[in-house]
Amino acid sequence: MSATAARAYVRAGTAITLLAFLALAGVYVLALKFTPIELRQGLAQKIFYLHVPAAWNALLAFSVVGLCGGLYLWLNDRRLDRLAESSAEVGVALGVVMLTTGPIWARPIWGTWWTWDARLTLTLFLFFLFVGYLALRAALHDPGERARFSAVVGVLGLLLVPFIHLSVYLFRTLHPQPIVLKPSAPSLPPEMLRTLLISGLAFLVLYIGLVTIRYGLALAEEEKERRLDAT
Amino acid sequence: MPEALRLVLAIAAKDIRAELRSRTALLSAVVFAALVLVIFNFARDPTAVAAVDLAPSVLWVTFALAAMVALNRAFTVERENGALDGLLLAPVPRGAVFLGKLVANLAFVGTVEAIALPLFVLFFNVDLGHALPGLLGVTVLATIGFVAVGTLFSAMAVRTRFAELMLPVLLLPFMVPPLIGAVQVTARLLADRPLSEMMGWLRLLALYDVVFVTLCTMAFASVVDE
Repeated sequence: MSATAARAYVRAGTAITLLAFLALAGVYVLALKFTPIELRQGLAQKIFYLHVPAAWNALLAFSVVGLCGGLYLWLNDRRLDRLAESSAEVGVALGVVMLTTGPIWARPIWGTWWTWDARLTLTLFLFFLFVGYLALRAALHDPGERARFSAVVGVLGLLLVPFIHLSVYLFRTLHPQPIVLKPSAPSLPPEMLRTLLISGLAFLVLYIGLVTIRYGLALAEEEKERRLDAT
Repeated sequence: MPEALRLVLAIAAKDIRAELRSRTALLSAVVFAALVLVIFNFARDPTAVAAVDLAPSVLWVTFALAAMVALNRAFTVERENGALDGLLLAPVPRGAVFLGKLVANLAFVGTVEAIALPLFVLFFNVDLGHALPGLLGVTVLATIGFVAVGTLFSAMAVRTRFAELMLPVLLLPFMVPPLIGAVQVTARLLADRPLSEMMGWLRLLALYDVVFVTLCTMAFASVVDE
């Protein structure tokens, strides 16, 4: 029963992921051919259409981990734990995209691969936090304990984010200030904003696809353990 | 005295008494902090970097590492002879158990910090002057926050296979906001800057304490109850 459900999730997830890859290919074309080149940064600015959507979705993934953790502690539903686990893994993958595209852009624009600017440092630590989250999951055997502990870490991690954001505004920062998610209107030409939002959407679909696959795998793993226990 | 406070203090007193009888952990943590300070002294080029420029970060890295060593111990002692099960069987709310452990850990880390601070002044030749009351204040503010998270994580980490490794991996990201705040405030204190330049950071530190002490107290039950 569960095995068929797992297979269905993996199949649906694969379809969504393929769709997302197609959309991403479209985003590349859109960003390179149909979006104006930024006056001062030139072509290097194009990486912005990957870096920012990846960062948004990585943060979304980490928020989902936190929300699922909070709900798990309340409702005690195994599905929430599986979703949190899947989201954390995909979030770490998107975090890798964010942390590699950032330095590639920073090298020509800031003249350095990495700088200990507040936002960089803190997103790096947030990334480490979720690597730690996955390490904690791997180090625990009992499924109930694993679910409870990781839910607690997820909730605390979610609450760490506002502190990270507050520190960003307090610390003098080199990172470009938010240009879309800020109180006033986005300060970006409409063509660039369009490409950025489409790319954000493509990454969102990619996130959903990968999480669906991973959710199916989590189901399959549970099924395997149950069969091993039964024999 | 309200009942809850009495319970918290009873649990803290139990931990402190147990620690004072052996003193091994406290002594090792103090020696560890002193060693970190000594090593830092050799890690800088005294002709290139003035001690006072490096002082705030050295102080807080030392405090953070010493706290980590201290926190690792918090629940490993409870693990022996099923002590934690006994503690949880007592008719005490989970929140009180957590706060008791927190108070004991704060006493432990505070002692280490109180010994490390004069050593730091001595080794780094820092003139604390009238920065001392402010420094004590920011130390209390920052320490409460990360020790609260550390106490909770230490209860989780003992259940894993690599407890000594798991605690720092989980805790360090949570130490970042309090540590950055503490370093910033310490640097301004040592440079005799006005209070208005530190208020933002102090508020952040206080908010962190309130949020995480409350949250960890609430989450503790989910960690220890099957």
